[in-house]
Amino acid sequence: MVDMSNSSQPRMHRRPFSVVTQTGFTEMAVICFVLLYAPLVPLVVYSFNAGSSLAFWEGFSFRWYVAAWNNEMVKDVTIRSVYLASVASVIATCLATLAALGTTRTKPYKGLTAIYAMINQPLMVPEIVTAVALLILFAGIKQATDYHGMAYLIIAHTAFCIPFAYLPIHARLEGMDLTLETAAADLYATPWQTFRRVTLPLAWPGILAGGILAFVISLDDVIITQLVKSPGQNTLPTYMLGQLRRVITPEVNAIASVLLAVSVVMVTIFFFLNRKNK
Amino acid sequence: MSAHGQPAPTQVAASEDRAGFTAEAARQTEVRRHVLLSTPALIVLFCAASGPLLIMLVYSFLSAGPYGGIEWKFSIDGWFNVFMQRDIFNDTLSIADAHVSILWRSIKLSLLTTFTCFVLGFPTAYFIATRPPDKRNLWLFFVTIPFWTNLLIRTFAIMELIRNKGVINTALTSFGLIDEPIQMLYTDFAVMVGMTYVYLPLMVLPIYASMEKLDFRLVEAGYDLYATRFKVLMRIIVPLVKPGIVAGSILVFIPALGAYVTPRILGGGLHMMLGNLIGLQFGQGRNWPLGAALSLTLLALVMVALLIYVRGANKSEAGRHG
Repeated sequence: MVDMSNSSQPRMHRRPFSVVTQTGFTEMAVICFVLLYAPLVPLVVYSFNAGSSLAFWEGFSFRWYVAAWNNEMVKDVTIRSVYLASVASVIATCLATLAALGTTRTKPYKGLTAIYAMINQPLMVPEIVTAVALLILFAGIKQATDYHGMAYLIIAHTAFCIPFAYLPIHARLEGMDLTLETAAADLYATPWQTFRRVTLPLAWPGILAGGILAFVISLDDVIITQLVKSPGQNTLPTYMLGQLRRVITPEVNAIASVLLAVSVVMVTIFFFLNRKNK
Repeated sequence: MSAHGQPAPTQVAASEDRAGFTAEAARQTEVRRHVLLSTPALIVLFCAASGPLLIMLVYSFLSAGPYGGIEWKFSIDGWFNVFMQRDIFNDTLSIADAHVSILWRSIKLSLLTTFTCFVLGFPTAYFIATRPPDKRNLWLFFVTIPFWTNLLIRTFAIMELIRNKGVINTALTSFGLIDEPIQMLYTDFAVMVGMTYVYLPLMVLPIYASMEKLDFRLVEAGYDLYATRFKVLMRIIVPLVKPGIVAGSILVFIPALGAYVTPRILGGGLHMMLGNLIGLQFGQGRNWPLGAALSLTLLALVMVALLIYVRGANKSEAGRHG
């Protein structure tokens, strides 16, 4: 299927023009790739600026990284962000794995479409709408119980991470060979042994990919966190959003650059995990 | 059964019945087990995604409390205020201009963003799909990286670029091309550029997914029949990748319509979009029923877009089989 497009390529040399090119398309694609990356260049470059301007270059220095590192506030919100993303992504991945097991490896059953719709709901409803709805619900609970802890953020993040964790796990299980499990059962493996020794190892790359995706999504979230958090529960993104209202120094660039690097590393790992899947 | 010779017809029916019955029961157990496995995830999603929407629906029909929150008294003021306003002095009704203009801006900017993303994204998807298969993944990877990097950071990058003291204005001033910085930040244009930038990968990826399946021998056949490049594009390529184009447009349009972070940073207070108006009702504005009604309005708009998509997808599916 994939190779179809290439069937014309050997002949390309004999033709006066390439079959696959369209006028201006390659140029447009180059522009597109440049546009995707160009705005990030000054962001990273000026994080190393020795001066406090974001547009005048005054020499190279790690000054703003040191400043960010020594900023107690930044430390505090970073720890909270990582804690929240870790807890939410682990719970979401476990739940998504169970749900993926429950929606694959059998003939479609009644209600399957409803389950799909429910799992994918956070992807379809605009985030601001979910955020406002959660604010309404949690405000009531906060008033009734006087509990203002992290549980609200953890539940909210877990919920919107589930579809992201679910997608790669589901894709992995969908493509899995069912006969292996049947073979295990034939060899007198208990259902648990079959799961532990056959299903889980085969699904593992998908589960890992789903976990990484959920982690990145939780780490990046702004809107839901902003509306659900109690005072003093800033995460790194909401802290940065707050900083944008003040005079911006390259310190924000430094934090952004680090966050950017973390995302790139995570996505790269995800990319290679997924490639192995295929 | 064959060892016993030909069994009586009633016996066959009975045993088949029993076999059917046990198969049915086994199937039921299996389905129950599958549903049970999905239940924990569904409970969390109900508590923190679907359920709250229902509560919001209720809240949209209550009265606004004086300091935010609500009073448990039925009222349609929330919905009423979405489009209408009552003059505080002479009690006359008029259309809420501010809300209508924000709604119009949201739709206009989302459509423009979708269009710009298409103009940039379609050739890019085509470019990737026509690379050798082993190179395609790498190009795709370059599209995916910005997709998974923090939206706030990418918006922030655009802001630093177009600020009055930003990179572009500073460069232009220092080259003597302009005396005064060009006001780009806090305009509709800035919001559109920002949204195009952050949602562009969402256009490229689905179009590429369709394009990858495209049989380029059809393109060749088009040329053999003396079609021009443009004709091949319009008559062969575009119709065949239409599902990807529709999916990409929906994937860009929906988040753009509900955008909050990008218009807040790049549009400022004067160039709000629907998402910001909603957020405002739970902040300084403090009118929860109105906020709930506005949220549901946004949700309805999204559902309309999704319905159009589903109908379009079904139609193109039917067209392919027919």
